[in-house]
Amino acid sequence: MNLKELVTGVPGEKQFLLGNEAAVRGVIEAGVSIAATYPGTPSSEIGNVLSVLAKDANIYFEFSTNEKVAMEVAACAAASGLRSFTFMKHVGMNVASDSFMTTAYTGVNGGMVILSADDPSLFSSQNEQDTRNFAKLANVPILEPSNCQEVKDMVKYAFDLSEQFNIPVIVRTTTRVSHMRGVVEFGEVKDNSSNGDNHWKRGHFNKDPSKYVPVPAFAGSMHVRLWDKIHKIEEITNKSELNTEIKLTENKKYGVIASSSAYNYAHDVIKFNELDVNILKLGFSYPFPQNKVAEFLSDIDEVFIVEEVDPIIERDTLACIGANGLNVQVHGKLDGTFPLYHEFNSDVVGDGLNKILNFKEETGIDYSSNLEKLSEDIPSRAPVLCAGCPHRAMYYGINIAIEELGMKASDVIFASDIGCYTLGINPPYNAADYLLSMGSSVGDGCGFSVSTDQKVASFIGDSTFFHSGISPLINAVHNKHNFVLTVLDNRITAMTGGQPNPGIPVDGMGDEAPEVSIRKLALACGCDYVRVINPFNLDQVVKTYKEAFERNDTAVIISKAPCTLIKGLTKKPPVNFIEGNCNKCDKCVSELACPAISKIDGKITIDKSQCDGCNVCIQVCKYGALEAGR
Amino acid sequence: MDNRYCIYICGVGGQGIIKTSTIIGEAAMNQGLDVVMSEIHGMSQRGGSVSTELKIGGYNSSIIPKQGADMLLSFEPIETIRGLDKVNSETKIVYNTHPIIPSSSNKAYPNVDSITKTLKENFKHVLPIDGTELAMDAGSVLALNMVLLGAVTADEKFPLTKESVIDAMKNNLKPKFHEMNLKAIESGYKSIKG
Repeated sequence: MNLKELVTGVPGEKQFLLGNEAAVRGVIEAGVSIAATYPGTPSSEIGNVLSVLAKDANIYFEFSTNEKVAMEVAACAAASGLRSFTFMKHVGMNVASDSFMTTAYTGVNGGMVILSADDPSLFSSQNEQDTRNFAKLANVPILEPSNCQEVKDMVKYAFDLSEQFNIPVIVRTTTRVSHMRGVVEFGEVKDNSSNGDNHWKRGHFNKDPSKYVPVPAFAGSMHVRLWDKIHKIEEITNKSELNTEIKLTENKKYGVIASSSAYNYAHDVIKFNELDVNILKLGFSYPFPQNKVAEFLSDIDEVFIVEEVDPIIERDTLACIGANGLNVQVHGKLDGTFPLYHEFNSDVVGDGLNKILNFKEETGIDYSSNLEKLSEDIPSRAPVLCAGCPHRAMYYGINIAIEELGMKASDVIFASDIGCYTLGINPPYNAADYLLSMGSSVGDGCGFSVSTDQKVASFIGDSTFFHSGISPLINAVHNKHNFVLTVLDNRITAMTGGQPNPGIPVDGMGDEAPEVSIRKLALACGCDYVRVINPFNLDQVVKTYKEAFERNDTAVIISKAPCTLIKGLTKKPPVNFIEGNCNKCDKCVSELACPAISKIDGKITIDKSQCDGCNVCIQVCKYGALEAGR
Repeated sequence: MDNRYCIYICGVGGQGIIKTSTIIGEAAMNQGLDVVMSEIHGMSQRGGSVSTELKIGGYNSSIIPKQGADMLLSFEPIETIRGLDKVNSETKIVYNTHPIIPSSSNKAYPNVDSITKTLKENFKHVLPIDGTELAMDAGSVLALNMVLLGAVTADEKFPLTKESVIDAMKNNLKPKFHEMNLKAIESGYKSIKG
């Protein structure tokens, strides 16, 4: 598919879309004017696509420095009467939450939708938190699509709902919805034509401090208005077609209440096993559709609650049963029918239903002992730093510096952060000992340096530094904390697929943009030792780290070299191996651990299709067995 | 329910697995079939194991249950072993015999011939092909995914026509490479059909 079809596609047209692409089409159909994000998997592709399409779709789009800023950009656009969209991953909601919580109070004029992508089973996240808690916490409505068509339709509907009640609306996806592909039928596109010099529409902010400035005198009545809205919206959730009963049987003993991707698993297990169970699918789960659920429960004896991550619908259902004096037995996470953590699938849901319904027979296959042994013996294939990755060179170099200073790497605390470089946790680098969240490595450097006598090395990426690394660096300098901070400036937000950040001269729409200097920022924070190094020059890396570790202040090293995945970089030819010179010390394999170098049948082998020509291995080999390609 | 068909595709990040799967999904859509697909993005792509799941014919969920695959298509020998959870006794197991050795693993890479032998002892339809070599014959090691795509279309139970798969390929890959990719699809197809 050509991505432009997301803009040009006509109603009735069908495309095979990723959930995240479907979200973009929903945004376009809804006539959004302003969109902002900080990239985070599983939501990242929404930004990648908007970045390409923003101008054609009359949308202003930015990669903000962090999710809180993105939330503020969207909130102000909505306050100015424009439709605005912000999106992030679940942990991004934590960053955005300070401003988000109050946006629920101030409300919106143009529709404002927040898409938050949860990551059950932590495919690429540091926790499994459930965004639905934020809906309850802030008291805003939440929609839970279960497939790509629903992503598009619910995003569009969320804008109408937002404008109807002047309240921001959350759309919660999960990895299996964001990264599902399915057939999506397009609908009408609402006009959002530019009304000025820019390619996007401009709104107007009408001042009204009693509505928009939550000083205590005003915020109290805002809270009253918020509850009033929620009560009215509950009438809608009770009638909404997004909360609908799927009738698969006339038998009324058992029912399932399910949402999001968990609904898909329940549906397929019930359908393909022809179970006598009906499903109440909740696509609009907060405010909780109490009456609709009570009506569904009044017909049945036992209900299964099938939802991923937290038992949120389950607790609401239990409350509903209590409030309505119903006699229904509830099977869910709380009674152990389904697991309390990790993502579901048809097997998990089937096993849970089977505990009560006993419909499954064991269908094990007897494999030969050879196969069992083979299965146990295959090497693991964890994600690794790419061949040619500048982070590998830096980790290799810092370990040499530590050794040459007479220290042991095991005595240095490596505070890591969110990005590709977290993969430094793997052997042989073992360079990640503690990690909390975006920007935490710098605050952790402060914490460890004041609470231990150990040396601390903190690592943070360029994008993450802009996101949340600057304020803890100010803290470090002012409070005289002693650690070495490395900013791994690979000229891109690499982990999420290569989005721009303020350190490079291009913005989210591909236009030229001022480049913000990490070096000058560090100097302005008051750091006395700031060095920019080329990580591919091992001698320079080692020398600089030795200097930095011998200081007693906050030393900043900026390891600057582009991510090898950036498109359009000129690659150097792959390295050659000269067998006659090889001393079989295996340093290149065991200590550098580059995926392009392996030992096959006792001989070093360079995979020419992977080797990037970074030439770090040449500096590692003392015997001249590796030489630059020509 | 006639056209229900589940394909589990696995391999290593960077082998073109997602593109291959999207082409199959788009072809299914163009033939008017229900299709859903699940794919992996993000951290796992950095040289780690990658898999996609394609389900054709009336499914809501995009994850294939245990032993639920009609086809296991693997781009790499040991990834085939990792995918066996999805296999039953009737599943076709098509895999590329060219290994990609994982760096920083404490276990030795098993001998590929013994992998094939062990698989054949346990399953009825085991179809190893040297896809990497066929891809190089077609013009580039990067055409490996199209060789394997051709191999899938040769399965008699596969519900899509080779023509619709080729159309979808053309819609998804640059015209400059169509000829090479066509050659790759044909050679993969022939390696199974014989």
